Amino acid sequence: MTGNAIELSRVSKRYLLGDDYGVGGSLREAISSALQRSGRAAKGRGREEIWSLRDVDLTVAAGESLGVVGRNGAGKSTLLKVLTRITEPTSGVARTQGRVGALLEVGTGFHPELTGRENVFLNGAILGMGRQQIRRQYDAIVDFSGIEQFLDTPVKRYSSGMYLRLAFAVAAHLQADIMLVDEILAVGDAEFQRKCLGKMAEVERSGRTVLFVSHNLDALLRLCPRSIWLEHGKLVAEGPTQDILDAYLASGFRRNAITRYDEPADPVALRAVTVLDTSEQPSSLLRRDEPLGIEVEFEVGRSVPGLDLSVIVSNLRGLRVLDEAWSDNAPTDRGRPGRYRARLSVPAILASGEYSVGIWIGSAYESLLWQDDALQFRLEGSMRGRPDRVLTLQLGWQVDIQEEPIVPGR
Amino acid sequence: MSADTGWVENPPRRTKRFFDVHELVNYRELIGFLAMRDLTVRYKQAAYGLIWAIAQPMATAMVITVLFGRFAGFPSDGIPYFAYAFLGFTVWTYFTSSLSAVTQSLVSNAGLVTKIYFPRLVAPLAAVLPGLVDMAVAFGAVAVVMVVLGITPGPALFTLPLWIAALCLAVLGLGLIFATLSVLYRDALYPYGLLVQLLFVGSPLLYPSSLIKGGWSYPYHLNPMVAVLDGFHWSVLGGRPPGLPAIVSLLSGLLFLAAGLRYFTATERRFADVI
Repeated sequence: MTGNAIELSRVSKRYLLGDDYGVGGSLREAISSALQRSGRAAKGRGREEIWSLRDVDLTVAAGESLGVVGRNGAGKSTLLKVLTRITEPTSGVARTQGRVGALLEVGTGFHPELTGRENVFLNGAILGMGRQQIRRQYDAIVDFSGIEQFLDTPVKRYSSGMYLRLAFAVAAHLQADIMLVDEILAVGDAEFQRKCLGKMAEVERSGRTVLFVSHNLDALLRLCPRSIWLEHGKLVAEGPTQDILDAYLASGFRRNAITRYDEPADPVALRAVTVLDTSEQPSSLLRRDEPLGIEVEFEVGRSVPGLDLSVIVSNLRGLRVLDEAWSDNAPTDRGRPGRYRARLSVPAILASGEYSVGIWIGSAYESLLWQDDALQFRLEGSMRGRPDRVLTLQLGWQVDIQEEPIVPGR
Repeated sequence: MSADTGWVENPPRRTKRFFDVHELVNYRELIGFLAMRDLTVRYKQAAYGLIWAIAQPMATAMVITVLFGRFAGFPSDGIPYFAYAFLGFTVWTYFTSSLSAVTQSLVSNAGLVTKIYFPRLVAPLAAVLPGLVDMAVAFGAVAVVMVVLGITPGPALFTLPLWIAALCLAVLGLGLIFATLSVLYRDALYPYGLLVQLLFVGSPLLYPSSLIKGGWSYPYHLNPMVAVLDGFHWSVLGGRPPGLPAIVSLLSGLLFLAAGLRYFTATERRFADVI
């Protein structure tokens, strides 16, 4: 196929909150409002509206792989739903050319009572595969899933890992001209994720058009030469993936260098969490080879004996890289009421990449507060060709030559 | 499913259209798979499913026969009352269980509706089918009862497919209306319950439709189930053939179907947003 596979012209999608049809609506209210309504003008007034997509223009060439980045609620999923025709646009037209296969969620339509085998066929049909096509691919699907010995077991007895493997195996064998993939790689263990990424690359090489929505930026970089960035339903930028990711990351990090809170201190509450660079400026984009500071402001409403504070730094994969507690290195009379400012200095030991800061406050007896993902920061800088390191400690070496070379023939 | 050529458009709502038969044909396998899913789940405990399919109409028919056939002395068009009641409740069991399945077909598949594109008619169409298996099983029991009571069907038996089709269309028509309502409104099941109750009283189940005479006959036949039940009784058990008013009843069924299709297809593209 030549030309374009996807065309969107000024596509907008509006959701009304508190719509009079929908989950919140009742027949009784609908009837009484229909009886009262003098004109249709009253309809829709006073309701909050959200534009999940706003005048999005986009063309994707046949055979192209396009990445889509954006924060939660930026309109990425809505974009896919409009392309698949799951939902209609409010205005504008979306057009696709060729068969569309959508993987918005693995395991859609799996039924717990049915066996693995039955679910392969059912799920395949739901994804748009014909009976013949599933039969042809069946062995490959089973092989990919790696759980052939459980195929006659109802999937309700599967572990969640097995369930996801089987679901992804079916999804991965979907053959369509246009593949719309939403965050599908966020499943399974590391080895299975690698397998999935490999499968995605295979799909991409096979000349199909792929639209790939993901928070896994490394995967995007590997799979998609071009990307778009959505923000509040608008297409903010499009271009080479590396450029888009840089711009996207930079935008997010500037904004989130400080997170503030104002909950009542009962008995404790966070006030602010800040990441500081070497010049004591809040910043969430920092140099890997310079130390950084994490500042936590919190309030203690009433005395908490043995109060403790812990700063947890996790990397993108969710691995806890640091878990530093105040009690490791502090006087014992902690916990008097008051407003505190605690500062943790982190030397330049972390690898470059993205990190998430979590805050825990409690005592030896109880957990009082846990703020997951209070803010994120990114360390930029070279890893000297060793990108898989977690720490860059530059530990001391002691190297001696034990023997002089034996010079032969003397 | 064949590869589509050319552009597929997703335009905004104002575009009016009825349903796309060609697309439905392309999705016939999904209809089959969804129907098979529900059937397989139901018949996982095979014996239980079979017994239930028979026991439900039979137990009702037994109680009804004692109460209305014996004590109240209701007529049954010359057919043994038990056979009349058993056949009627076999059909009625299909009607209520399938109507409920069609009504729930979107809400119970909400995960599919919000995550996968398919012509939304696929779900209610698939919901009409599994009950037919239960009904076929119960028909086996009806045949046994007929042998025991010495009833032999006449040539009218050949019209049975017509009545089965009319039954399915009646279920689909009413079901589509309630399926749509139950996606849009959380309290749609109240009128549903009321309607089923009215239809039950207004159907020739405990009594034959020949009991309703004169000017009341035509309004009585606005219930699409009247012709369906009369048709089943006539074709299987013999007796009085459905008369002219049955045409009203069949047309009423088609009218419900047209209204149901219209309402459903006018709303279906919003389902994913509101379900």
